[in-house]
Amino acid sequence: MSQPKRLAEGGLIDRSRPLSFRFNGKPYKGYAGDTLASALIANGVHLVGRSFKYHRPRGITAAGVEDPNGLVQVGRGATTVPNLMATQVPLSEGLRATSVNVFPSARFDVGAVLGWGSKLLPAGFYYKTFFGSPWLWRRVYEPLIRRAAGWGKAPNAADPDRYDHRHHHCDVLVVGAGPAGLAAARAAARSGARVVLADSDGRFGGSLLSSEVEIEGRSGSDWSDQVVDLLGQQDEVRLLPRTTVFGYYDGNYLCALERLADGPVRERLWHIRAREVVLATGAHERPLVFAGNDRPGIMLAGAVTTYLRRWAAKPGARMVLFTNNDRAYESAVVANEAGIEVAAVVDSRASVDPALGKLLSSRNIRHLTGHVVTRAEGTKRVTAAQIGRLSGDRIEGKAEKIDCDLLAVSGGLSPAVHLFSQAQGKLAYDETLACLRPAQGPGGVHSAGACNGTFDLAGVLAEGARAGASAAQATGFEASVEVLTVGSPWQHGAIEPLWSVPTASKKGKRFVDLQNDTSVADIELAVREGFDSAEHLKRYTLTGFGTDQGRTSNVNALGILAGAVGRPIGEVGTTTFRPPYTPVTFGAMGGRDRGDQFDPARLTPMQDWHVAQGAVFEDVGQWKRPRYFPKSGDDMKTAVARECKATRESVGIFDASTLGKIDIQGPDAAEFLNRVYTNGWKILPVGKARYGIMCGEDGMVFDDGTTARLSDQRYFMTTTTGGAAGVLDHLEEFLQTEWPDLRVRLTSVTEQWANVSLAGPRSRDVLAALAPDLDLSPEGFGFLQWRDAQVAGLDARIFRVSFTGELQYEINVPWHFGQALWDAAMAAGEPFGITPYGTETMHVLRAEKGFIIVGQETDGTTTPDDLGLGRMVSAKKDFIGKRSLSRADCLRPDRKQLVGLLPENPAQELPEGSQLVEVDHSKRPPPIPMIGFVTSSYWSAALETNFSLALVERGRSRHGDVIEVALKDGPTLARIVDPVFYDSEGARRDGD
Amino acid sequence: MLLINCPWCGARDEIEFHCGGEAHIVRPEQPDQLDDAAWADYLFMRGNPKGRYAERWVHSAGCRRWFNVIRDTTSHRILAVYKPGEPPPDLAEPSS
Repeated sequence: MSQPKRLAEGGLIDRSRPLSFRFNGKPYKGYAGDTLASALIANGVHLVGRSFKYHRPRGITAAGVEDPNGLVQVGRGATTVPNLMATQVPLSEGLRATSVNVFPSARFDVGAVLGWGSKLLPAGFYYKTFFGSPWLWRRVYEPLIRRAAGWGKAPNAADPDRYDHRHHHCDVLVVGAGPAGLAAARAAARSGARVVLADSDGRFGGSLLSSEVEIEGRSGSDWSDQVVDLLGQQDEVRLLPRTTVFGYYDGNYLCALERLADGPVRERLWHIRAREVVLATGAHERPLVFAGNDRPGIMLAGAVTTYLRRWAAKPGARMVLFTNNDRAYESAVVANEAGIEVAAVVDSRASVDPALGKLLSSRNIRHLTGHVVTRAEGTKRVTAAQIGRLSGDRIEGKAEKIDCDLLAVSGGLSPAVHLFSQAQGKLAYDETLACLRPAQGPGGVHSAGACNGTFDLAGVLAEGARAGASAAQATGFEASVEVLTVGSPWQHGAIEPLWSVPTASKKGKRFVDLQNDTSVADIELAVREGFDSAEHLKRYTLTGFGTDQGRTSNVNALGILAGAVGRPIGEVGTTTFRPPYTPVTFGAMGGRDRGDQFDPARLTPMQDWHVAQGAVFEDVGQWKRPRYFPKSGDDMKTAVARECKATRESVGIFDASTLGKIDIQGPDAAEFLNRVYTNGWKILPVGKARYGIMCGEDGMVFDDGTTARLSDQRYFMTTTTGGAAGVLDHLEEFLQTEWPDLRVRLTSVTEQWANVSLAGPRSRDVLAALAPDLDLSPEGFGFLQWRDAQVAGLDARIFRVSFTGELQYEINVPWHFGQALWDAAMAAGEPFGITPYGTETMHVLRAEKGFIIVGQETDGTTTPDDLGLGRMVSAKKDFIGKRSLSRADCLRPDRKQLVGLLPENPAQELPEGSQLVEVDHSKRPPPIPMIGFVTSSYWSAALETNFSLALVERGRSRHGDVIEVALKDGPTLARIVDPVFYDSEGARRDGD
Repeated sequence: MLLINCPWCGARDEIEFHCGGEAHIVRPEQPDQLDDAAWADYLFMRGNPKGRYAERWVHSAGCRRWFNVIRDTTSHRILAVYKPGEPPPDLAEPSS
């Protein structure tokens, strides 16, 4: 029979649209409007999974986002989602869901053996047991525990679905579309304010969808539909159903996750900046804590009402209600009317409003006041409740057993204060309501309705309308509050807290947090072991972690903790509420920022050519740079050796367009450069360039490059590729904040100039062919000079600098002519075998010359003198960082200094980062001092050996010494040498 | 995410800005006249108050200009924004 537990009529489901779905492989039917949870209950399925730690059978215990147990895995393959609450999954045609944390099945689970030995698994078990042997942990314990305790399974392939981000601004954001939220949105929208109304549910109305109330002469759901229609017609209102506001951040910035029913986008993450926020997030019912309180068929009283009224799904045939408050009596009446036999209402309070007693007796429902359920019986489904009489903190008299397959429980309501707390609102414990509720809020936040501890419908609606109106007023709109006539047979009534049912026997676990299997005994143990603050308790027992974030367990845990430490609940405090309120998928967080769109790629105008040549690229910041250009089957070493040889012996061509370039203009430009570089700049004539080092104010090398004087008041600065943005920021900062009197302006022109660099003894011949009118003699165009000229018919600016040690010309042309210049240079260079080279060859060539790369030879603790560049530091002027260079630490004689390093075995590579120690270290007591490390390391075809640059203590005075390099496969020896390996006299700079 | 009112561009999201630490620390006119302790004080020492804190921000993804902010370090609320060179505004309200 299909849907055996579905009531014949009623509910907000569409019986004309039946849906087929599968749960653990078995086919079932439900209706449009169902959740997976309501459809399972309508099919009589209660056992949904196994618990996290003990693998106990667990069922659906709630109807909303607070359910700790009804976790399922939905879908298959790349789009599967683990650990969803069945209560939060809208039913759809063909839905496939399975249990999580079961092996091999939910009904027969081998892990349940963990429950039999549960005395061996107390709180802190992992901390106490699995330390000592890292090997055992890695190879034995961890894989076993992960298998036993894992929840759902991750998808086995990249998610093919699309996720979006949207940004939105509004005057008033209303979170929650129950009675308070609808009243607030209505009041705010009437004022003309721009309003957003968001709710996790696909249908707005909240508790109105399952209560028997009358507002303005309409039923709760009719009234709510009418308000939603009205709001939907207003241009300035945006309704966001199926949207959970999960994070409340600084400045009323909130994030929300919208789950789309269909269409090209699966989920949408909303970034909402709201001038005012109305929180109408409702409240969650707490369970009661007694032995065996986790059995399937034990359900929150309010959830019983909701399943019956909203989904016409019958959670059982014979029910016992166990409560400590008036409000829960409604579920006994609703169940009774739906044809469920209500065997008893068990109320822990000795004295109860006589009206409630009369109500029950009029329906022939047994009423046991001053009694408690001491134990639930059954394994895969509750079969009976053991009842005892409560006397103080003891159970007295003879126990009575009442058979039932549904045990409804209610320990009172906990306002959903999560977002309020995330907004830094302060909470206070309310003795009368037995709950934590908002006390002092920050500006711009209004809590209304049940989330504010207001539980009566008339009060909820009035408070919602007031909150909506004040929020609109605060943003400058005129708003008024209308009073609604409300009819509701149910009042919130009274409550007496009962944090746990006392027990005489050790038998039977009393669970506080069902998702993490934390029991009363675990909390008491934690307190005995000294973990008696709310935050420590959470970490030690796991209470409050997980997908439900302890919505049903936190307040009970605090109550038990307060009892154990003998302090009032208000004083033990709560744990911190953090985003997200409910789990957010990584897909939604990433949005479109994945794959190629994860980070912008910066490409030079010659990119297509490089790709066509089969270049191997490396990332330098966001730039894609050719690392080397392999020819048929070359590995990197072969390609780089070929490129180096061609450049040293004839001519190489290099795309240097990524160099940072800054146009500096103004009457004080020379003074400015003088203050930011370590060397002097005032006498640099127009037409010349100079190498400079920049330090931070701490005296450490920050960037380097050449800067040319273009005219009296204009300079062209180059920076390292990776440092360009940082250098511009650094210069702007000093210009704006320290020296606003200097008349200087800075403009980044990195992407205005393409740079084709020709290097090698034949570079003069190539350039001569491209620029026949230019005097290229060493006298006519000297080193560190620049010239404007026509090159291959293009307006070009040529700098004679050298980062290879060879004769070199850097030819700059407007960005979009880069490829044209490159093509012309390749053609003109053909007779000389011109060879394109990449960054790896550039690195080898510069390292052979002992030229540093900032960030490779420096690490933020390196001074110019450490690099052997002390001559670049002016003694005559102040500059950024100068004073720091005379701090005691910068003058230490044992500072690490730049040296060259040659392995005793030329074939031995010394990996970058290798630590250096003295050869006689074995004669010294440990710890062995590390005297330095390798900063750059390459194979040199010219030297026919591996070679390295390194920073070594007192290195400049140790040329010739042999030291030991610590490597993974054992130490090796290397000799300290001068860092200039090639052409130390600099003869090649002007060509041959 | 903070909403920061750039004095030139108006209110923008925090991701467009970078914080430059404590404001109103003046670079010494003649660093070489300072002893190590005085220089270290300028270089490294920064206030860490509970409450109002004047700090520098730069609108790096906007006008790229620096300005000053008074932020309450307990509530993370921005109480005032003013241009470089201007004195800190006199805030009448007590810090929350």
